[in-house]
Amino acid sequence: MSEKGPENEPAETTKVTDDDVVEDPQDSAADTDRVAEASRWHVALREITTGNALVAVLSVFLAMFFGSLMILFTDADVRYGMSYFFARPSDTFIYAWEAISGAYVSLWRGAVFNDLGSTFHQQIKPITETLKFAAPLTLAGLGIGLTFRAGLFNIGGRGQMLLGGAAAAFVAVKLDLPMIVHLPLAILVGALVAALWGGIAGLLKALTGAHEVIVTIMLNYVGYYLVFYALTRKSLLQAPNSGNPKSSPMPESAILPDLLGPKFNLHAGFLLAVLATFLVWWILNRSALGYRFRAVGENPAAAKAAGINVGLAYFSAFLISGALVGLAGVNQVLGSVTDGATSGLDAGIGFDAITVALLGRSRPFGILAAGILFGAFKSGGFFMQASESIPVDIVLVIQSLIVLFLAAPPLVKAIFRLPSKEA
Amino acid sequence: MSAVATTVKPEGVAERVPGLWKTPSVLGVFTVLVALLVLISPRSGDSTFRWSRQGDWFSIPDVSLPANAVVWAAVLVCLLCTAYAAWNAYAGRKSPLLLVAVFAVVAVAGFLAWAVAGKTLPVVGLLAGSLALAVPLVFGALGGVLGERAGVVNIAIDGQLLFGAFGAAIAASLTGSPWAGLVAAMVAGMLVALLLGLFAITYWVEQVIVGVVLNVLVIGFTSFMFSQVLSENAAALNNPPHFPRWEIPLLSGIPVVGPIFFRQTVLVYLMYVAVFLIAWALYRSKWGLRVRAVGEHPKAADTVGINVIATRYRTVLLAGAIAGIGGATYTLVSVPSFGREMTGGAGYIALAAVIFGKWDPIKATLAALLFGFASNVESVLSVIGSPVPSQFMLMLPYVVTIFAVAGLVGHSRAPAADGKPYRKS
Repeated sequence: MSEKGPENEPAETTKVTDDDVVEDPQDSAADTDRVAEASRWHVALREITTGNALVAVLSVFLAMFFGSLMILFTDADVRYGMSYFFARPSDTFIYAWEAISGAYVSLWRGAVFNDLGSTFHQQIKPITETLKFAAPLTLAGLGIGLTFRAGLFNIGGRGQMLLGGAAAAFVAVKLDLPMIVHLPLAILVGALVAALWGGIAGLLKALTGAHEVIVTIMLNYVGYYLVFYALTRKSLLQAPNSGNPKSSPMPESAILPDLLGPKFNLHAGFLLAVLATFLVWWILNRSALGYRFRAVGENPAAAKAAGINVGLAYFSAFLISGALVGLAGVNQVLGSVTDGATSGLDAGIGFDAITVALLGRSRPFGILAAGILFGAFKSGGFFMQASESIPVDIVLVIQSLIVLFLAAPPLVKAIFRLPSKEA
Repeated sequence: MSAVATTVKPEGVAERVPGLWKTPSVLGVFTVLVALLVLISPRSGDSTFRWSRQGDWFSIPDVSLPANAVVWAAVLVCLLCTAYAAWNAYAGRKSPLLLVAVFAVVAVAGFLAWAVAGKTLPVVGLLAGSLALAVPLVFGALGGVLGERAGVVNIAIDGQLLFGAFGAAIAASLTGSPWAGLVAAMVAGMLVALLLGLFAITYWVEQVIVGVVLNVLVIGFTSFMFSQVLSENAAALNNPPHFPRWEIPLLSGIPVVGPIFFRQTVLVYLMYVAVFLIAWALYRSKWGLRVRAVGEHPKAADTVGINVIATRYRTVLLAGAIAGIGGATYTLVSVPSFGREMTGGAGYIALAAVIFGKWDPIKATLAALLFGFASNVESVLSVIGSPVPSQFMLMLPYVVTIFAVAGLVGHSRAPAADGKPYRKS
């Protein structure tokens, strides 16, 4: 299956894309109301999927361009050069070139290959860091992408990550078991608790029609305070002999093993992410459940008429989504930051994952690729912050601009004066 | 049974009956919760409620009551309310909103009496602080209501608040005037709104996506600028002057009412004006009719000659300016200077208030005030010492919202064309 998967996925993607392109003019010409009535997500997905590869490349380029402008206008040297711009304009341009090239070179060195490293393992360490950062982004992105496919919006990534991570930490520090049982048990409990937490939103949506966006946002806060409470109680998670809201370090038997030996930080969480990608691909494209998700996502009314239990589909989509996002939290606690769970263990990944899912067009292998790209940005961003003192927050700007531009191909085409199909 | 009866009746029954029983069941759950408080941990001593403040014309004496008795009385009233709601549901009627309001006030009073047993609760300070905390939420919710009434979902409220706070801090620091900061906050909110409009109205991008991404963009941009520019020149760029507290003559002397409503900053008075102006204009003016038409049925609006795209842009920009004022509250009133991610997701709470308030400016304002109250109860109780762990007090507003959205609001109906781009064919 592992060989078949990647081959089938692109074929599936292009097929859907072609269908959508053909469908679009027909629909809008035939009956605008019907299009408006059909699932908003269908429209949204179509907009994201019709963007071709060129638009994707140009979007990344545009986003990097705006990022460069931000670096330029805030760089101390450039501003100094501008203060005597008319006396010696060349200085400004030299400083500007240094600022921009320095930023992107260090981004590359932090994300892919560090040519300044003295040993081979130092040189290739950045790419392993990228994969380490990619794992939770991919896991959470898969969960959120899955709800997108079912026409749902899961903004509860933060709460699900926190609950999953805290539950895994609880099993890890409270039980004393051999590794072969301890690690899988901690992972499983983490995923299960997060699944139930996510399931609340699906259940309420199915039973009462409560808007899942609001419920998941509220569950983020409730989950945060629950985990925070647990971290202040010795009987629950707080480390003995400590007054801080933090758990004890994870025991060896519950830590995700290193993939490339102790010299690298890359751990088995990335393996988990790749496995989850195949699993989600199978669920969405090969299982009856996934078929129901997609049918409900395309048009809930039609799905209901076809005999699909829409409420059950909502509930199960949120269960699986919560489990996947929870695994991202587990990955953090048992893999990336093993010195103890805190109330900040989600590290904003729950929200970043929304952009990952959007960039990956809600397709499992697309999300894996987007997760690796954003992981590279993150790894490189931290390196850039350390070596060039450019705040890592610029990565957020570039990421969000990429997603915005990708979602609006006509804008990108207009900026580059490309012929537009719609015209 | 005729074909007509079978097609119409089951649907009506299926839709109506569970909806009717939701209110009594939610009220019942909360009644049980209040009763459980005294059953599990009965309190001794009196709860004192303080009503007066310095500067009142005359002072109302403090009220001291035995805590347990007050809670049991509250449980009794709650039970009566629940029974009445159940009777209404049984008779096929909807319970009036007033009943829910009475229930809420009584249940909250019961809880407060339980929590402050043996101590004194400054009621006026609690309410005045709630109002102040709710100001950014109210402005944010008003912006959200306006945008969605015109058919544009605004998840970017949080971004508008944050960018408003950012713009206000810089402009007020540079000019030395909070008024310049206020204008800058409105412009900043409009900039975010312009991006929202560009992608959502002109380029038909799914509006929820645009909103979420814009929030991330603003967080990234302001945090970048904060570390890169503001923190280096904090004295010049991030040291905004604040709006002073204005006491309205005469009105501020009225006991209870005065200190709560009329001893606030100018932004609070601006909020009163904004709420009533928007509520009036949306339902009573030609402009409001057009905005609502564009949000409910853009095609029909277009047919009668309303420019849908332009109306949506204008409304979204106005909404952005209003949300921007809410952002100014952070840096010009409550906090000394701008900090990264300082809104802490308040925009999402404002969004919840929009839906909680069923897209109505007055109801959304009340919902936002409720959130302000809930967060201030926590801080007041943590000062006077409360038996509940603070984390549970902090999560209370969010739990209540989930219950409310699931039980009381349920299938709330958004404007018909909300979130749908208008494509002129």
